Amino acid sequence: MTSVRVIEEGPDQGDVPTRRITVTVNGRRSVVECEPRLLLAHLLRQGLRLTGTHLGCDTTNCGACTVLVDDRPVKSCTMLAVQADGRAVTTVEGLASPSGLHPLQEGFKEEHGLQCGFCTSGMLMAAKALLAENPDPTEDEVRWALSGNLCRCTGYQNIVKSVLWAAAKLRSDEPEPEA
Amino acid sequence: MYPTRFRYEAPRSLDEAIGLLHEGGEDAKVLAGGQSLVPLLKLRFASPTLLVDLNTVPGLDHHDVDEQGNLHVGALCRHGDLERSALLKSTQPVMAAVARLVADPLVRNRGTLVGSLCHADPQGDWASVVLALGGSVVAAGPGGRRSIPVRDFVHGPFQNALAHDEVAVEAVVPAPRGIPAGGYLKLERRVGDFATVGVAVAIERDGDTVTRAGIALTGVGAATIEAADAAQALVGGPLTGDVIEHAAGLAAQAARPQGDHRGSAEFKRHMVRVFVRRILEQTGERAA
Repeated sequence: MTSVRVIEEGPDQGDVPTRRITVTVNGRRSVVECEPRLLLAHLLRQGLRLTGTHLGCDTTNCGACTVLVDDRPVKSCTMLAVQADGRAVTTVEGLASPSGLHPLQEGFKEEHGLQCGFCTSGMLMAAKALLAENPDPTEDEVRWALSGNLCRCTGYQNIVKSVLWAAAKLRSDEPEPEA
Repeated sequence: MYPTRFRYEAPRSLDEAIGLLHEGGEDAKVLAGGQSLVPLLKLRFASPTLLVDLNTVPGLDHHDVDEQGNLHVGALCRHGDLERSALLKSTQPVMAAVARLVADPLVRNRGTLVGSLCHADPQGDWASVVLALGGSVVAAGPGGRRSIPVRDFVHGPFQNALAHDEVAVEAVVPAPRGIPAGGYLKLERRVGDFATVGVAVAIERDGDTVTRAGIALTGVGAATIEAADAAQALVGGPLTGDVIEHAAGLAAQAARPQGDHRGSAEFKRHMVRVFVRRILEQTGERAA
């Protein structure tokens, strides 16, 4: 479960230094040993087999690899796995609960917020962080929060609608505060 | 894309970090936000043998104002921290305005202001802003601490004044003595792209009279450019239309743009003039 593929490269350099880290992914604690140069995105995908996190551009542009690290959305292709030591990581696999889809996932379904789906997991994670901070965002605030996530299919209209749908759903699910 | 192999250390104190850098020599690198360094590692434009991660060093994520009113921004203070900071809005409005223009929201959650200064990218936003505000970088090394003005800190493209065993621990922006005003305008093709042109203007006023001014330019030269003559032209009187036009022209002359896929040299120089004028006119309107 937690084995990490060893990167093959060039002539043997002797013992490759590895580091043991403890990372909690979607609430589940894993102890892994990895090379320091392993990127968080590769730890998630190849080490932990959580392939919902996508690698798009691999150059810190597209945001497809967005995950939450201690609740903040970051590009997992631009962080070393060893830097996640002791941290809590949430990926798209951590969104749904046994009782069903997360309201954001429902929203993307209801409002047709995806076409090819490649950017979707990153969009969902960036949107999750937005709604945690701002449960009632304006359209402009949604666009601003997703401005680090590229989509080449939708033109963003339905993605924005999906997030607003989810925001409304989450607000309606909240019990009314006592007056 | 995988970086080349390196040794990784996560020191628990600044002294330990400095010791590791000292021992690591020229091929050791400091890792803070990593939003420039990690891409460089992946593209193998950089292949350090040792990475010293500051993220495990306590006491570097601050941004606060001291008793004299100087703003201190620690090496682990993220762009996002500054974007959300009420303190920055009330003390350094020009910096508050630029924080949300740096890269994109995801990069801002990791990247740091001090790292941006150290990276010394001629297209980086913070170096211009901190330079216009007369700020400095505090470097800590085996021999103690020293303060380096940003104008001397940024040596050239991707070059800074740090010795290999020094850590930039914080940036310091001096307290304004007059009423501060100004702004940062950035032309970019899309969110997250590097600046085609960026202009930082910071002034301080006593009544109508400008008592201090700083102007710095992003993306129009081989390094961040300080437009000292343009800034000097603003000092000593009120911001009249003639003064603004004169300063905008001097700033455009200070630019050293090169034509590329983002625009021609003439276009970029023109935008410097437009941005200086626009910031100063908006400043005048807000005061009126």
